[in-house]
Amino acid sequence: MRLSWFNITSLTLGFAFLYLPMIILVIYSFNESRLVTVWTGFSTKWYGELLSNQAFLDAAWVTLKVAVFSSTLATVLGTLAAYALVRGARFPGRTLFSGMIYAPLVMPEVITGLSLLLLFIGIGLDRGVLTIVLAHTTFAMCYVSVVVSSRLVSFDQSLEEAALDLGCSPWDAFRLVTLPIIAPAVISGWLLAFTLSLDDLVIASFTTGPSATTLPIKIFSAVRLGVSPEINALSTLMIAVVTLGVIIASLISKRNFVREQQGVAGRH
Amino acid sequence: MPECAFAPWTDPGAEPLIRFRNVTKRFGDFTAVRDLTLDIYEHEFFALLGPSGCGKTTMMRMLAGFETPSSGHIELAGQNIVPVPPNKRAVNMMFQSYALFPHLNVWDNIAFGLKRDGMPKDALRERVAEMLKLTHLERFARRKPHQISGGQRQRVALARSLAKAPKLLLLDEPMGALDKKLRQETQFELMDIQEKTGTTFVIVTHDQEEAMTVASRVAVMDEGELIQVATPSAIYEAPNCVYVADFIGDVNIIEGAAHRAGEDRYTVHWADGQAPLMAASDKAFSPAQNAFLAIRPEKVLVTAERPADAVNAIQGRIHDIAYLGNISTYHVEVAGGRMLKAQTANTRRIENRGFTWENRVWLSWDSTAGVLLER
Amino acid sequence: MRRVFIIAVPYLWLLALFLIPFAIVLKISLSDVAMARPPYLPQFSWEAGWGAFLSQLDFENFTFLTTDDLYWKAYLSSLQIAATSTLLTLLIGYPIAYAMARAPDEWRATLMMLVILPFWTSFLIRVYSWMGILSQEGYLNQLLLGLGVISEPLIILNTKVAVYIGIVYTYIPFMILPIYAALHRLDSSLIEAAEDLGCSRAKAFWLITVPLSRNGIIAGCFLVFIPTLGEFVIPSLLGGSGTLMIGKVLWEEFFNNRDWPVASAVAVVLVLILIIPIVLFQQNQQKQNEAQS
Ligand SMILES: Nc1ncnc2c1ncn2[C@@H]1O[C@H](COP(=O)(O)OP(=O)(O)OP(=O)(O)O)[C@@H](O)[C@H]1O
Ligand SMILES: [Mg+2]
Repeated sequence: MRLSWFNITSLTLGFAFLYLPMIILVIYSFNESRLVTVWTGFSTKWYGELLSNQAFLDAAWVTLKVAVFSSTLATVLGTLAAYALVRGARFPGRTLFSGMIYAPLVMPEVITGLSLLLLFIGIGLDRGVLTIVLAHTTFAMCYVSVVVSSRLVSFDQSLEEAALDLGCSPWDAFRLVTLPIIAPAVISGWLLAFTLSLDDLVIASFTTGPSATTLPIKIFSAVRLGVSPEINALSTLMIAVVTLGVIIASLISKRNFVREQQGVAGRH
Repeated sequence: MPECAFAPWTDPGAEPLIRFRNVTKRFGDFTAVRDLTLDIYEHEFFALLGPSGCGKTTMMRMLAGFETPSSGHIELAGQNIVPVPPNKRAVNMMFQSYALFPHLNVWDNIAFGLKRDGMPKDALRERVAEMLKLTHLERFARRKPHQISGGQRQRVALARSLAKAPKLLLLDEPMGALDKKLRQETQFELMDIQEKTGTTFVIVTHDQEEAMTVASRVAVMDEGELIQVATPSAIYEAPNCVYVADFIGDVNIIEGAAHRAGEDRYTVHWADGQAPLMAASDKAFSPAQNAFLAIRPEKVLVTAERPADAVNAIQGRIHDIAYLGNISTYHVEVAGGRMLKAQTANTRRIENRGFTWENRVWLSWDSTAGVLLER
Repeated sequence: MRRVFIIAVPYLWLLALFLIPFAIVLKISLSDVAMARPPYLPQFSWEAGWGAFLSQLDFENFTFLTTDDLYWKAYLSSLQIAATSTLLTLLIGYPIAYAMARAPDEWRATLMMLVILPFWTSFLIRVYSWMGILSQEGYLNQLLLGLGVISEPLIILNTKVAVYIGIVYTYIPFMILPIYAALHRLDSSLIEAAEDLGCSRAKAFWLITVPLSRNGIIAGCFLVFIPTLGEFVIPSLLGGSGTLMIGKVLWEEFFNNRDWPVASAVAVVLVLILIIPIVLFQQNQQKQNEAQS
């Protein structure tokens, strides 16, 4: 199929719109001047400043900790929830349960954050890393569960039955058959939960205390005052990490695909 | 034929391997299997026949342990197996959808059940190789299920369920996707395997020819109920109702009023102004009871003149001739616009055939050729 | 036993960390603000019992929301901003989705990845990247001044326009993906058939393509509209003090005024407003699923 001029134009403009702001951001992170909008020369000094800024490093560390814990916990809970929804035929309060899975997806973050904060205050839990982890786990598990259950729905249940039939215990059937098959969905669920946690400003602001500042909170309070070169450098680093991650992921899946194809060819 | 001597169901002392006792399975308010009572004996090759949705798969799934009966109980070798989970039953099932593990290659799929049993490595490798050879899959051992054809997948599923040499093997339409030649080969292989291993087979099939070829007994089901359970020849020659007669093979059904005409003999008045038909039956019919005479087309003789000694003879006009190579089927219109079928073997070449369209012919058969049925 | 465990763990988690917190919000929205810790009354105590506790709850805060025009103006302006930017996102997203669906097969995976990639980068950074572009000395003004298109720098940052741009920019993948999915399924021979039957290109587009991608359009609009309604980051970074959005009001009510009961009441009303589009969205999805199966 050939593309018409109209289509080429909309693709070009569309992707320019999506990517130009970030490209500009990356370019200007190498600007020497503190006045971000005026180019004075190439320099990596803002990266140096950023890496020697203890507050940023601390915030990054807190963010990473929160993201790893909450996404792992969310993956376990979300997978269980997906399993219960798709496989657990009928149980009391099923409608409420599925409602509670879907509601956080559309609930404005300000409300989720506010309600969790009120809970933590109500039960007298000290706010800090723990409370952010609890909060992030709660909304991220819903995303995980949606991702995993869409895979489980298309998963032929007779595969599990075949495993049982061939002598697996239910746990073995899950470990040897179900898990490997839904693994890609579980992994994407984890990645999604991880990025959601890394990214979250609003819920973390509500549920954190003075002891724990995450990177988004730090960035937000910095950029409220205007554009700053350190934030540009930080943004560039974060964009680089994501881009690298996506490229590696696609290379891996491509290599697996090629290997599988060769496996077939080699047998002839 | 071993079937001739092998008939444990006629021996009242024989202990059945599987006993269904008044088993009913309901899904919500829909009854998939209704009050099923059935014995299946060791070394049997038991075929389940019936239209789509009649409960065949459900019955199998209860045997394998994936569905619990709503009422009644199931015994395997004298033990109630309803509470036994599927992985603890010495029963293997080949799934209608094959259920091959997509993340494992053919070899690992076949080895899966053996590994669960903790079979030693060497024995396992040997057993898998044996299964691959049996199903002609050696060349595909390293492929994933999505990289082989439908028929090959079916063979993998078969090999996987056979690998554990179970006491009872359940096959849910094991040969649906195979071409005719491969299907016949597999049928003979199955019979061969059965003879060697002594495994009891329960097989679901839509192909009556297959059921006739492989089965020691056939059960015909409809809407969750067993209609008839008998040997293939009994099902064919002596169906117990019109449904079974019609389901298995081709049949002419003539409806009429039955009157007793001597010891086990009845006359059937089927049309005004026509001579009644004579039929033998050991069932009792009350006078003028509505009855159905079922006659297989191949038992009906087509002749130009009325055979002198014919007990039953009807005159008609040839409406259509279907030439099927080895046989021809004549569709003959008789009194009242009724259409009867008659089959003859084509022993002569087609141009030497006696009759053609619109010819007036006689159809005749013996009094014992048909079966008289109540419903 | 195992089954109970699988269901009970996530169930209890959500009860404790989603439903109960929400019930607390509801309860506090019916309480009165007080100079106390926590800053609201009544507090439940076992000695006084339920009767005394419940009798102190009232709808005062909700009445307050209707009398102070800050709140209903904020709701209205949120609805207006969400609706306008949804429309803008549709107008910009549709041609992109359309072109993607028409692109050669070997491009599709890459194009898809290019649309999804921004999802994985920080939302905050994506919003932030516009601050440098739209500010008075920003890149856009520099460019336009340099080209001589304008003689005075445009004031865009801290206006509604900046908020629209920010929303379109961050939410456009939500619009593109469902429309692309719908258009991708569309059999191109349908268009050819329409042209064969005498339609012009444009007419075939209106009569065939648009109706058949309707479900994608509806899904995309809801996916943009619903989260934008409670948006906080975009209005606080790109919209000035003049841009009222309810998410921002709630935040300020809570953190700056420390009026928890009113903040809770604002939240409850926002949820009530959101229920309508969410239910409509659910119905649309259900219809679509039924049509597909
Ligand atoms: N889990 C279930 N819930 C509800 N109804 C079911 C369920 N499983 C089967 N049924 C119904 O029970 C009936 C019997 O189903 P079954 O799968 O046993 O049919 P079958 O004889 O194997 O048909 P086929 O030849 O098409 O495979 C069908 O009407 C089916 O719709
Ligand atoms: Mg079936």
